[in-house]
Amino acid sequence: MKTSFTLNGQAASLDLDPRTTLLDALRENLGLKGSKKGCDHGQCGACTVLVNGQRINACLSLAVTHEGDEITTIEGLAQGEALHPVQAAFLEQDAFQCGYCTPGQICSTVGMLKEAADGWASLVTEDLTADTVLTDAEIRERMSGNLCRCSAYPQILAAIRSAGGVA
Amino acid sequence: MSSVKDWAAPTPISENRSGLIGKGVDRYEGRLKVTGTAPFAYEVEAPSPPAYGVLIASPIAKGVVSSADISAAQAAPGVRLVWTPHNVPAQGERGAKINPRSQRGSNPALAAKIEHFGQHVGFVVADTLENAKAAAALVRFDYAAEPADLIFEDNLDAADQPEGEEDVRIGDFEAAFAGAPVRLDETYVSPLQNHAQMEPCATTAWWDGDNVTVHTSIQMVKGGQHTLAETLMIPSTQVRLLTRYIGGGFGGKGQSYDDLTLAALAARELGQPVKVAYTRQQMFQATIHRPAVHMRVRLGAQPDGRLDAFALEAVTHCRREAPFTEHAANFARSLYAAPNRLTGHRLVKLDIPAAGAMRAPGEASGMLSLECAMDELAEQLGLDPIALRLRNEPETDPETGKPFSTRQLVRCMTEGAQRFGWDRRNPKPGQVRDGRWLVGLGMAAAIRGNFLLPAKAGVRIDADGTITLRQGMTDIGTGTYTILAQITAETLGVPLAQVKVELGDSDFPPAPGSGGQFGAATAGSAAFAAGMNLRKALAELAIGDPNSPLYGDDPELVTFGGGNIAVDNRAEPLDQLVARAAPDGVYVEGSITPAADARDYSQHTYGAHFAEVGVDPDTGEVRLRRMFGVFAAGRILNAKTAMSQITGGMIWGVGTALHEYNEVDPRYGSFIAQDLAGYHVPAHADIVNLSAMFLDEVDDKANPMGIKGVGELGIAGAGAAIANAVYNACGARIRNYPLTPEKVLAALP
Repeated sequence: MKTSFTLNGQAASLDLDPRTTLLDALRENLGLKGSKKGCDHGQCGACTVLVNGQRINACLSLAVTHEGDEITTIEGLAQGEALHPVQAAFLEQDAFQCGYCTPGQICSTVGMLKEAADGWASLVTEDLTADTVLTDAEIRERMSGNLCRCSAYPQILAAIRSAGGVA
Repeated sequence: MSSVKDWAAPTPISENRSGLIGKGVDRYEGRLKVTGTAPFAYEVEAPSPPAYGVLIASPIAKGVVSSADISAAQAAPGVRLVWTPHNVPAQGERGAKINPRSQRGSNPALAAKIEHFGQHVGFVVADTLENAKAAAALVRFDYAAEPADLIFEDNLDAADQPEGEEDVRIGDFEAAFAGAPVRLDETYVSPLQNHAQMEPCATTAWWDGDNVTVHTSIQMVKGGQHTLAETLMIPSTQVRLLTRYIGGGFGGKGQSYDDLTLAALAARELGQPVKVAYTRQQMFQATIHRPAVHMRVRLGAQPDGRLDAFALEAVTHCRREAPFTEHAANFARSLYAAPNRLTGHRLVKLDIPAAGAMRAPGEASGMLSLECAMDELAEQLGLDPIALRLRNEPETDPETGKPFSTRQLVRCMTEGAQRFGWDRRNPKPGQVRDGRWLVGLGMAAAIRGNFLLPAKAGVRIDADGTITLRQGMTDIGTGTYTILAQITAETLGVPLAQVKVELGDSDFPPAPGSGGQFGAATAGSAAFAAGMNLRKALAELAIGDPNSPLYGDDPELVTFGGGNIAVDNRAEPLDQLVARAAPDGVYVEGSITPAADARDYSQHTYGAHFAEVGVDPDTGEVRLRRMFGVFAAGRILNAKTAMSQITGGMIWGVGTALHEYNEVDPRYGSFIAQDLAGYHVPAHADIVNLSAMFLDEVDDKANPMGIKGVGELGIAGAGAAIANAVYNACGARIRNYPLTPEKVLAALP
């Protein structure tokens, strides 16, 4: 089944088995292996990518449903040698250990910062009428869909704070 | 063999002239990881496009595969191969060459005899993952099931002394306990837990003639290489095993699994690269787990708190054919003074997946018991929990009488108490409220053994000055790449950017791998030795070269620093020397072996955990409010990566105390939780205000660099600190971990 979308700013066209998830299409058909498969069930967040600017679990989405979408993966964040500010903050704060959940954490952070900037509330938002302020509690809540078994959460929090959140 | 006395002399590491040792430099491979370009085993580029393997699991716990119908699967689109117990290629017996303990019971892949639910009974390879998965669903198996022993609690009466293990008795425990004026006798239960590494086990394999190359996710390079060679019935020299990036191990990848065996066998059969990954469900059902442990603690004390009698007896379980003891009592042999002591283990054999090592095996379970019991005894005695521990602080190892190499447990507790604000703790439970939350503080001690194993490392310098360290070692997220770069750069007096580190290749000088928090000390000491040998080789090169400003100098006077080799004010850059005098580069190896007298000392790492929790008395929910730990673990090589290791361990302790457990379904022998929705590992929102610090320490009895491990210390005792805080908050003493809301509600006074 033919599918076309924009991938990290480039046009991508595929002829795919319709059963192929977006995650497997990225990893196995398009050679972009930065998005990780941790559970294949949308439970761990390691496969998080940005579709039209919003974070999704690529393992829960069939690739052929993304006709015409703009997809950004971990490989699309850096500008050449210059890391995306979130990537640089993760490196600086040691916000990972084994690195397997890291691309998902970073893509999720980028998506989360935009959600907050757009005024989206979370479960812990106290005043739904006020501007969204990314407190530590907000960051923790909004990032809880991305598991890190190495448990780099304190360092991830520090990285996100330095890359766009507030203390 | 060396002596620990050889390790006390000043070295480039202890002198630390560039200041690289201890510095929190960024992870060596960090840029690859934040850009998603570090290739994990399933992502490695094979020489030609790979086929995809998918595993099929047994739905019964015990019995045999009586028949298999593969016709529909074989006829399915894209299928290259379908294997069952009846047509899988012959495999050699494993375990002769490698550590028999760690691989015992590692059966051939796709054996007809079923020993646990989830054991793999079928394997399908197809051109795409989608086709392989679809075909796997078409294979039909018939089983002859047999009765199975599945439930630990139902089989406690069958517990036996593990083979080759004796109880340790000092003095007369029974008499001393009977005569003690203050007694505690309680049983604590730690649950079965799963590693839940983020990266599932995976292998990419291909053949070139008689030689096989495998990229796999494994903590032990040599163990994996030898196991596969035995399985394939070929010499180890024909197996090249690579494991450059590993998405978490925690002990669960200390051995190889069916992905490695079947990828290699299928790649040979098909003449094409094959890759295989476990599903998340297979990670739960077909790897290893931390077994549940029942721990009876008996403490007999004087009214002033001094222990006369101490016993910790642990009953745990393993797979029937794969003996493994969770040594939950061992840590206690070196922790508190008491003249009369009893420690030992009993083992129940079950027909469930194999038990095995998981981060801090022994301590992680065991300290949940004793560190809670000490809290309970302190309350009985009207003593502060820290005061009780101080009263039982031994001067020498309480079991063996050996001197401690270093022991800063007291300072960990006192420093931690001060920084945490322990004096604000109300010893009476249930007295502090914050809105709807009952708030409490708890603490626990931490101890974890320190080990050094034999290892080698190779280091070369090329004509451009690049120094490359090579070692058959692994980095499972622990920071191995980074600390080896720091050690090598500091030893040779060059900037960090001049050093490359290459790991995870069976062609490299062997190291034991990652486990038991011995990695940094073991691999690092070998790297240090290799660096020192390279210094010697370069000094000889310069002194023997008429064109060197050091020509004819005394080798004893040669120094290294700033990228130069020098004697007094005569110096030249290393790259200039090598380019001129050894244009093909210089390669040397170094090795470390444990010192003959190292075990004359009781060697451990220590710490103290402090936790503040809130308990909701209406729902039983427990929330962490803050947690702080103080640790003493020898010289710290990298402030940043060591801190990440320690806080990661503490967070495992939070999971242990509050969330993590698995249970066996009595109908099938499967684990009830078999994915990351059912098995709750700590998530970001669970972890609030958690931090740690290290005390200054150098342990010159541990290894030539005075370092120790930090990978497992953080979890030891951490869960008990939280359980003690829960008691202090609300008066609910729960001895059956984890402290889930229904248990808290039931235990509220």
